[in-house]
Amino acid sequence: MMPGRAKSGDVALSIEHVAVNFGGLAAISDLNFSVKDGEIVGLIGPNGAGKTTAFNIFTGFLQPAHGEVRFRGTLLNGLKPHEIAALGLVRTFQRTSIFQNNTVFENVLIGLHRRRQSSVWATLLATPRERAAEREFIESAHEILRLLGLERRASQIAGALAFGEQRLLGMGLALAARPTMLLLDEPVSGMNPSETANVMRLVETIRASGVTILLVEHDMPMVMRVSDRIAVLNYGRIIAEGPPALVQRNPDVIRAYLGERRKRA
Amino acid sequence: MRRALPACWLLAILSVPLWLQDQYILHVLITTGIFIIAAMSLNLLLGYTGQLSLGHVAFFGIGAYASALTTLGFDVELLDGVHVVHRPWPALSGLLVGVVVAAMSGYVIGRLSFKVRGAYFVIVSISFAEVTRLVALNWVGLTQGPLALTNIPPFTLSFPGLGSYTLWDKAAYYYFVVAAGLLAYLVISRLVGSRIGRAMIALKENEQLASSLAIDVTRYLVLAAVVSAAVAGCAGSLYAHYLKIIDPDIFLFIYTVTMVIMVITGGKGTLAGPIVGGLMFGFLPVILRPFAAPAVQWILYGAMMIVVVFALPQGIVPAVKRWTANWTSPGRVFCQPDDLP
Amino acid sequence: MEQFLQHLANAVILGGTYALLGIGLTIIFGIMRVVNFTHGELYAFGAYVVYLVAAALGLGFFLGLAVAVTAGVLLGALMEIALLRPMRNADIDTVMLMMIGAWIIMQNSELFVWGGVAKAIVTPFPEAPLVLGPVSISWLRLFVLLIALLLIVATYLLIHRTRLGKAMRATFQDRETAALMGVDIDAIHTATFAIGSGLAAAAGALLGPVFLVTPTMGDLASLKAFAIVILGGLGNITGATMGGFILALVEEIGAGYVSSGYRDAMGFLIIIVVMLFKPTGLFARAERIG
Repeated sequence: MMPGRAKSGDVALSIEHVAVNFGGLAAISDLNFSVKDGEIVGLIGPNGAGKTTAFNIFTGFLQPAHGEVRFRGTLLNGLKPHEIAALGLVRTFQRTSIFQNNTVFENVLIGLHRRRQSSVWATLLATPRERAAEREFIESAHEILRLLGLERRASQIAGALAFGEQRLLGMGLALAARPTMLLLDEPVSGMNPSETANVMRLVETIRASGVTILLVEHDMPMVMRVSDRIAVLNYGRIIAEGPPALVQRNPDVIRAYLGERRKRA
Repeated sequence: MRRALPACWLLAILSVPLWLQDQYILHVLITTGIFIIAAMSLNLLLGYTGQLSLGHVAFFGIGAYASALTTLGFDVELLDGVHVVHRPWPALSGLLVGVVVAAMSGYVIGRLSFKVRGAYFVIVSISFAEVTRLVALNWVGLTQGPLALTNIPPFTLSFPGLGSYTLWDKAAYYYFVVAAGLLAYLVISRLVGSRIGRAMIALKENEQLASSLAIDVTRYLVLAAVVSAAVAGCAGSLYAHYLKIIDPDIFLFIYTVTMVIMVITGGKGTLAGPIVGGLMFGFLPVILRPFAAPAVQWILYGAMMIVVVFALPQGIVPAVKRWTANWTSPGRVFCQPDDLP
Repeated sequence: MEQFLQHLANAVILGGTYALLGIGLTIIFGIMRVVNFTHGELYAFGAYVVYLVAAALGLGFFLGLAVAVTAGVLLGALMEIALLRPMRNADIDTVMLMMIGAWIIMQNSELFVWGGVAKAIVTPFPEAPLVLGPVSISWLRLFVLLIALLLIVATYLLIHRTRLGKAMRATFQDRETAALMGVDIDAIHTATFAIGSGLAAAAGALLGPVFLVTPTMGDLASLKAFAIVILGGLGNITGATMGGFILALVEEIGAGYVSSGYRDAMGFLIIIVVMLFKPTGLFARAERIG
């Protein structure tokens, strides 16, 4: 089930023959898949299959031993994380997804960083342009907090927020950077059903604004509902790919999750 | 998001030489003011960017020496009889040169700090300062070594058409230092409250997260180091032209410790912290002088550091803010949502 | 050539005590991840104790040595329990600042008690040096080397052949697992700091009579100890031993052939150069850097 090579205009993220080892163990052996513009792709797989490792490779926190990762045609190999983020590919983290010691509002302000450049001199001289840009930032931060439903938490220290709200804020940080593609690392892990529903609504809103999404998740109902396509990762390679309904019934996938012992009717 | 000193504080500070008779106290105010500027610069690096830089006195001393040498001139022989001669320049240019040379050394440290993190960086920064001291001590041809650079000229301010004014007396120097202090405060507060400042804070709090948000960690580390070193170099130059004599002891670790104590007790990561800490540790020696020998004073400061670390780890200013916040609205951190610049 | 051999001999002797300093710090820094600014002060403390016992009280050099090491161990244990243990979970800059406070108190106490004038310690060794061909070594320095080597071997045996040493090594490698296996981390920390401080005190006690005793003698010792730790790799005792000898050699050669004023700069230059090119130390095996 190898994906066909799409035209570069269509493909947001392409991964070809990517491999990485950790001390002799092939964490990723031969990863091949791609995400098209505007899609929501869910990456699933049993624990330890290498999903977070894959994310780390896509976002520059880990360099692959082989293979190429391209974002809209630009080769990502060798780029540092901030350079990849500057291209518009932003990720969230599962743990420590926010700046714990700053307020919620400050967190979002930090996230807005990518939206413009600023020169040291203009900052020191407090030029009218700088001040106008700062005002814009503040307005944008308010907008994002409204979108997340965290407006009334704006002045609270982020570390004091409930866990679900912290994860939501983490997504808000990534959104603030105005990405063209978002990588969500287990966005609903540890959340209760109403928090999960919140996130799903947010994901739909994000997609509607034209952002491509690749998410890693363990919550099956959630990822099946939200994704256009599913890719299944096991033993460092994609073992199945396609629409959620098809993938759910794929025997290889079932075997991967449940093991060889049980026989399915 | 500018934080300007309330006007009444400013007026009080400006009025001091008009009523203060005691020249010694004025002297202490001047040197304290210079150290406050240095402490503010350290705060940018230690408090806002989270860099454990304990070699800060190197920037201070480099600024002092560069400034002094620029205005005194020098004739130094390098290898093989090659002479480098510099004729004396006007005093104020020394200030500029001091700032620039210090900023350049800040750049070097900034780039280094990215390769070497945490506790190792502490050691590297201390070593840097010590090497600088030993160079100042041993390169006698350039620095006169332990014999010190003397007769450093005071600053002369020239106003085209109005003539010039040389800062000979303490009152004039006091105003000059206050002006420099206000400028330093302005620079640092503008930087810290801006997009650039937020990037620095972000990389202190969580570097991985910051880089995932397109914040170039190296760039902002280096920037913080350069600005911090430049301000410290300015303070050093002020010091040299005030005392009119400097020797390699200016690079002693104890001065870095003094600045660190000022920043930490005052409150690192706050704008007022270094000022409060600076005033405290600038005047404590004066108050304690009749009662305790210097060694005993330092034992007291050491004990105070330990007490602050245990009881008030954030420093005095945040503690006071928390305390007064109970009476007024919820505490501000760096920006209220309704703040407009 | 003869000059070189003399330098070499001097370096070997100095290197032994430097190694003690370095080993003490590498176990503290390695196991406890504390930037120990007081290490040099324990060095000075050792020297002052010998001065007190041998010179001021006239009870003899060897007794002074023994008391110095013991006192160093006890002082280290006391400091760990009173200052470091409550700060176990604080972040590194907080602990560092506290250690600076402790350093200030210790040094200025010495200044207050003994004054700033350098003190000399007289030892029962003959003045005339031992001459071996082109090299001459004083008996005192030979004794210093002997004791230093003895202590190095003793420390090595402690770390590698005793249960305490095994617990220390386990804590160094993986603190959480060690705790889960029943190692009393608190006790290990106290023991580590005590042993490390004892070694520093020993180094100071041995070098006190060789040089002079001043309140600021600890400052350079601290920095040199850090240079040795960086050379040898964190927590690496063999590395620290070799680092001690290497530093002494570099200093001797530098002082002899370049300029004696820059002798003390050698340690710092080493730090900067090694950190630039190999931040994990010259002899480091794979280890977790905190």
